[in-house]
Amino acid sequence: MESTTETFEENARSALGDAKLRDALSRLADGFPAKRRQAVERLPEFEALRDQARDIKHHVLNNLDFYLESFEERVTETGGTVHWCGTAAEARTTVLRICKQVNAKTVTKSKSMIGEEIAINEHLETHGIEPIETDLGEYIIQLRQEPPSHIIAPAIHLSQEQIADTFREKHTDLLPDRPLDEARTILEEAREKLRRKFISADVGLTGANMLIAETGSIVLVTNEGNADLTYSIPRVHIVIASIEKIVPTLEDATTILRVLARSATGQDISVYTTFCTGPKRAQDLDGPEEFHVVLLDNGRTKLLGSEFHDMLRCIRCGACLNHCPVYQAIGGHAYGWVYSGPMGAVLIPGLIGLEQAGHLPNASTLCGKCEDVCPVRIPLPSMLRSWRKRQFEQRLTSAVTRKGLGLWAFFARRPWLYRLAAGLSVAALAALGRKRGGFRRLPLAGGWTKLRDFPAPEGGTFVSLWHRQSREKTS
Amino acid sequence: MSEEPSRPVNVGLFVTCLVDLTRPSVGFASVKLLEEAGCKVTVPKTQTCCGQPAYNSGDNRSTRAIAEKVIEAFEGFDYVVAPSGSCAGMIKHHYTLLFEDDPAMTARARALAGKTFELVSFLVDVLKFDGIHAAYDGIATYHDSCSSLREMRIKEQPRGLLKQVRGLRLKEGQESETCCGFGGLFCVKYPDISGRMVDTKVDDILSTGADTLLAGDLGCLMNIAGRLRRRGSNVRVRHIAEILAGMTTAPPLGVPGGAPGEETRDKGAAGEEA
Repeated sequence: MESTTETFEENARSALGDAKLRDALSRLADGFPAKRRQAVERLPEFEALRDQARDIKHHVLNNLDFYLESFEERVTETGGTVHWCGTAAEARTTVLRICKQVNAKTVTKSKSMIGEEIAINEHLETHGIEPIETDLGEYIIQLRQEPPSHIIAPAIHLSQEQIADTFREKHTDLLPDRPLDEARTILEEAREKLRRKFISADVGLTGANMLIAETGSIVLVTNEGNADLTYSIPRVHIVIASIEKIVPTLEDATTILRVLARSATGQDISVYTTFCTGPKRAQDLDGPEEFHVVLLDNGRTKLLGSEFHDMLRCIRCGACLNHCPVYQAIGGHAYGWVYSGPMGAVLIPGLIGLEQAGHLPNASTLCGKCEDVCPVRIPLPSMLRSWRKRQFEQRLTSAVTRKGLGLWAFFARRPWLYRLAAGLSVAALAALGRKRGGFRRLPLAGGWTKLRDFPAPEGGTFVSLWHRQSREKTS
Repeated sequence: MSEEPSRPVNVGLFVTCLVDLTRPSVGFASVKLLEEAGCKVTVPKTQTCCGQPAYNSGDNRSTRAIAEKVIEAFEGFDYVVAPSGSCAGMIKHHYTLLFEDDPAMTARARALAGKTFELVSFLVDVLKFDGIHAAYDGIATYHDSCSSLREMRIKEQPRGLLKQVRGLRLKEGQESETCCGFGGLFCVKYPDISGRMVDTKVDDILSTGADTLLAGDLGCLMNIAGRLRRRGSNVRVRHIAEILAGMTTAPPLGVPGGAPGEETRDKGAAGEEA
């Protein structure tokens, strides 16, 4: 996917001006966080489960090579194939090669962020293969040729009305004046369209919520059952997954499942949870004849051992997006690449480079809500700070900020000078602001006064006033 | 306090740069509360800022230089108290990370961290203070600053003390735990996003019907007061220390009025706001 993170400020401004988006985001903010809270309240051991989930992923990351190799061995034993891909390009080529080997015309696809990361749809289309998204949200945005705006709710930025309009525009074989004013009728229309595609597809492409080293299984979590139809009907099942999705055992996978849906949507568990192990066996009634797992690195091993190591614990639940006040204000598209919200702001610079994604770690108040709800306790705010530190060290921070900070730090380190300068500026501001109590405009503070007044200082600094008083008292 | 100490507790007041420069009243109110709770309060003259603007901009070298000054100025006290969860949090949780290659400084930073507290939680958790004698005529809503709430785990302490204020009624906002959009330099770097966030906060405050907004961090208060004023609201904005100390003669944030200056300290005790 092409990045627009460089124009983050413009993206954000246009998002803030979009009234429909604002409505959609306020529905998200009213929905997911409350549901998560209720789910957590129903499960007294939730905090302990978060610790366990964190420890499992922590252990995996410290032994990643071992678990990945045992995963490959198990997959091979069960008759599948693992393809190791260092880059997005390698992963695209591998998927295309498998599709071509079976002469595929259409590929059904269940939701996969790795699919977005490697831009697999565009690649297949270029080579004459039709990819069909089967998750309802993904199907909608595919029709609209938009990227997902949320890792678990890709069409969260749209209203039902906008979706109905899209269906009318794209499903031209249906009566133009058919009723589409209920969610159910929209859903039924999509189901009708997709049912035929499921049956005729040559290849089913899915992501994976987890990979299990012990059994060589992959885990698929959905609420629509579309992943099951995607992998089980076509002759070939291709799984695209990044390397950090691995967990050691089935037992570990169930621990992660216990925190995943609760953190994501507030469900105790998703409607469908599927474990796929290898291709169809002799005694199986259905299932794919071929089972391929495309394992993607795409910059992740570079994060191992760095200050962003713990980011690889992420299980993609979306809780940090749902609770982030910045995400709630601007939505996912403004972030400009596949991921968004706090996890995106940490991950994107790691995957596409800090030069391109420099705004993202800065566009946060470090409020800490994300870390508070993260099921695997990723210290997201301190990682955002770590990116800022790297930016500063690599001189990627803007010249204005660097100079401003330099000047301020010069005074902050010299208390006597600081007190003199502060006393003078505060006295001036206080005198000027006394009448109104604040400023509607201030030189060099346009960022502040654009949308709010600057409350006038009272006049005098506390430290000077205090010491003057103490002197008077003792004299 | 539960037990009478053999000597008064020596507190170094880290007043924070925002209080120092824009709202000395909060500093005087903090001193009054600490003294009422039996502390001997000292205000080191060499204090400037905790270093957060540099730290949150990735400039760890400047942050270290500033942190060294703070450590030097404050390590001699029994406790360091700041009327801010954010600045106290900086000293308590982040100074220790700045001196990785310097064990001696790390040890000093750790020692300081161990005795640094936010004002209200210090009064409640450390001093077990419950001698609030203030009065306030109004309906207040309390904003939990992000650092106070999530870094310092301060939630019930301010509410507990506010309950002791005669005449004050507390009404909780639905979004009291949501960030106001200040975020230090964030609010000037990304003014539009910050503006939307503070609008959401202001909507929530107005929906409570409260006539007063209180919080323990001046950064949030300046941000919210600025937006309230711009939207033409009359909600009064004050730091919680002013209310708890009964020192409300200075006009609320962003409201015109005389200079508080040196009179503030003695005049305030009467408490009630006109």
